[in-house]
Amino acid sequence: MTVSLLLVVVCAIAAAGYLLGRSRARAASGGDTRKLHSLIGYHGQSVLLFSAVPALILMGAWLILQPMLIEGRVAGQITAADIPEGGSPALVMSDVRRIAEGLDLLGLDAGEMAALGADPAQAGARLAQAGIALGSEIRPNVLAAALDYRRIADGAGLAMTVAVIAAALAGLALSLRRITADYRARNVSERFVLVLFIASSLVAVLTTFGIVASLVVESVHFFRLYPARDFFFSLTWNPQFRGGSDLGIWPLLWGTMYVSLVALLLAVPVGLMSAIYLSEYASGRMRAMVKPAIEILAGIPTIVYGLFALVTVGPFLRDWFAQPMGLGSGSSSVMTAGLVMGIMLIPFVSSLSDDIINAVPQSLRDGSFGLGATRSETVRQVILPAALPGIVGAILLAASRAIGETMIVVMGAGAAAKLDLNPFEAMTTITVKIVSQLTGDTEFASPETLVAFALGMCLFVFTLGLNVIALYVVRKYREQYE
Amino acid sequence: MTATAQTAAAQTAPPRRSLTVLDARTRRRNAAEARFRLFGLMAIAVGIAALFILLASVLANGAGSFRQTFLFLDVHLDEKVLDKSGTRDPEVMNKVTTIGYGKIVDAALKDAIAKNGIAIEGLTDKDVSDMISKEAAALVRDRVLADPTLVGQTIAVKVLANGRIDGYLKGRVTMDSAERDSNVSPNQLRLADAMIEKGLLVKSFNWGFITGPDASELRPEAAGLGIAILGSAYMMLVVLVLSLPIGVAASIYLEEFAPKNRFTDLIEVNIANLAAVPSIVFGILGLAIFINFAGLPQSAPIVGGLVLTLMTLPTIIIATRAALKAVPPSIRDAALGVGASKMQAVLHHVLPLAMPGILTGTIIGLAQALGETAPLLLIGMVAFVRDYPAAPPEGFFDPAAALPVQVYNWTQRADPAFVERASGAIIVLLVFLMVMNAVAILLRRRFERRW
Repeated sequence: MTVSLLLVVVCAIAAAGYLLGRSRARAASGGDTRKLHSLIGYHGQSVLLFSAVPALILMGAWLILQPMLIEGRVAGQITAADIPEGGSPALVMSDVRRIAEGLDLLGLDAGEMAALGADPAQAGARLAQAGIALGSEIRPNVLAAALDYRRIADGAGLAMTVAVIAAALAGLALSLRRITADYRARNVSERFVLVLFIASSLVAVLTTFGIVASLVVESVHFFRLYPARDFFFSLTWNPQFRGGSDLGIWPLLWGTMYVSLVALLLAVPVGLMSAIYLSEYASGRMRAMVKPAIEILAGIPTIVYGLFALVTVGPFLRDWFAQPMGLGSGSSSVMTAGLVMGIMLIPFVSSLSDDIINAVPQSLRDGSFGLGATRSETVRQVILPAALPGIVGAILLAASRAIGETMIVVMGAGAAAKLDLNPFEAMTTITVKIVSQLTGDTEFASPETLVAFALGMCLFVFTLGLNVIALYVVRKYREQYE
Repeated sequence: MTATAQTAAAQTAPPRRSLTVLDARTRRRNAAEARFRLFGLMAIAVGIAALFILLASVLANGAGSFRQTFLFLDVHLDEKVLDKSGTRDPEVMNKVTTIGYGKIVDAALKDAIAKNGIAIEGLTDKDVSDMISKEAAALVRDRVLADPTLVGQTIAVKVLANGRIDGYLKGRVTMDSAERDSNVSPNQLRLADAMIEKGLLVKSFNWGFITGPDASELRPEAAGLGIAILGSAYMMLVVLVLSLPIGVAASIYLEEFAPKNRFTDLIEVNIANLAAVPSIVFGILGLAIFINFAGLPQSAPIVGGLVLTLMTLPTIIIATRAALKAVPPSIRDAALGVGASKMQAVLHHVLPLAMPGILTGTIIGLAQALGETAPLLLIGMVAFVRDYPAAPPEGFFDPAAALPVQVYNWTQRADPAFVERASGAIIVLLVFLMVMNAVAILLRRRFERRW
């Protein structure tokens, strides 16, 4: 039975449970529903929840665990000799999975399948006809493993169907039996719903846990293959897919910092000044028109900025600045990525600083005007010092954004990892290298791909650190006026 | 009196004080004030100009992709080539490849050139056949296989012109660049000019760009967004179905029920931090957990949808909590006062009143998710996909592209025609985003209540 059909069955059982629960409650009341503790709808709801939710949880867990358990059992059949040179057990396992799926597609009966299982060459030919491309010839052990995989998967699929339906029916029967006139169905189902709410709010915690776990596990993996000292202190980045790579983080870190610096040098003055102008000088009408226009910039996806960098800004900077000044000849450069990223950050800085400037009490402004200060003197000598912690927080948040930004640098900054001061030279960043080392690759066996997780770990730690500091600074500042 | 004495006198004389004449210090202060104001205006001008240039450059580069150059040809479907057996059996006719059809289409073009009396000196056969997109033969083939009775007849077809010829009509290719380009010759451009005159070569609206699948590196003229739009739509469906219930449930718990303790603090801190985690890290999570650990297929909309769900959740939770907070306590008190349970007060009274705010937040979250690219690169959405995914729910597991990733994909190709395509795809993406944001604004205007 397919998963979607099973879902429909479970839902049908739950719906039936709702109706049964209602009618049973009505029967328990002896015709006068006022005698019940809860409205009949709550009786129905409690049966519905008890029959659907445990069954669905069981199904979800089964679907996640099944492939792992089966692989664990099948893996024993594959010997070291079956793993081709330069391959890995994981690679062979994915072949096993692909062959098993392909055999399913062929739609053979048991006899034909057994015949095919004895003849790997024939099996390979049939699979190729069905459009399953396999890297190399099928080895007998791999084919046997695939056949086993199929057999166990079939059996497990049947077992899951039975188990899930049994769970749904058991939940239905148990909750139905509990219905009496005095049964507190409302309290029970409300408690159940509350538990579901709490579980939902735990998704955020689970996500963080998942992020940290996947980064840490694979990073540890990486540091086992590649010395941590070289990663953190080497000044060259030169991955070789044949081995013997230099994977020092410094060139990437330098590129990241340089691009972010250029971005902040554009975004902070422009964003801050426009926030000041809009909150201290602009008329209501101008504010109503300009503020949304600047906020449009915040709603534009980063891929658009990336294309803008690639197609417009890059060639412009190359033709008008880099080449005439003899500083470079490529359109990808730190300047390109930095300027475009700066544009992206303008609304971010300006809306954050706008909030902070507006939070400065009016009495401070009035006091300053009363002493004869002009508007700009008030801004510079009263408002900005009062808002400084908040603005520092905003800049830190913007910096964290800049460090984590990917598409603009992927399309604008280039791919050459070097330590250079020339802003018109192509450099690369941590995020660019995460993308280029991981794109289209899921077999994490070599340090060249695993390094992406260590880079991701660094990125995560940097941005998290910046955010925590920024929030701390902002919170501390808020306490002064509230 | 000497000049020096004069200045000395002026210096020693007390400065004239008058309310109508500004002294030097006031003038300096006023100048500083004007300067500061000017800086503010300049900052705003930079912001607005950046927005304007950004949109203008995308529009200018991409508008062309919606119109494409087509050739109108009368193709004679020669039985001798297409169906030697004469049985009209699709099985047999299937053996004739696009090469066979290509020859027929080439012949039709030569025919049309001769019929219209176009003569270009030094025009080779290769020049003529290269006028037509490689996609044209496949198009004619599909049409014939769908209706074998057409064989032997002459049908009028509208086929794509080669990308370079299209570029010539759009000004991307010129006579000068054609001299240096091995993919197009000046003779072809002269031929194109003559054909335009006779009405054989026409630019018209290109539905294939919006509905068609992606095409290979060599035929930019045929590349379309169909699969990318479908893939993005599937992902948005997954995001909506998962993130709205989970987000609302989580916010109700945190806003209405959660006691103030360590545990709820932990959740709050987590949500705040997740909102600031770089999107690429979510891609790493998707790759490690959903693909490698849970064994979901690569480049499938389900994985993209799950990753984007996790990214969108903080946005939705923050918006929902704000909406719940905006419902005044009197509503809750009144419900509790007439005997409702806490859960009834929230679900029956507070939640419906907060719904417009929640939906607005959800749409904005979806719009963010729609434009997100980086995490999708890591989970394999960059793969070249030419088959439309099946209908949901099976289609969620089929390989598909995504709109922003398709843009990235096209920018990585060598032919400059793909830059136009990428900009065109961005226009489509921006139109979707604009519609979503407009709906969000409308919802807010129409249903928002001020208490």
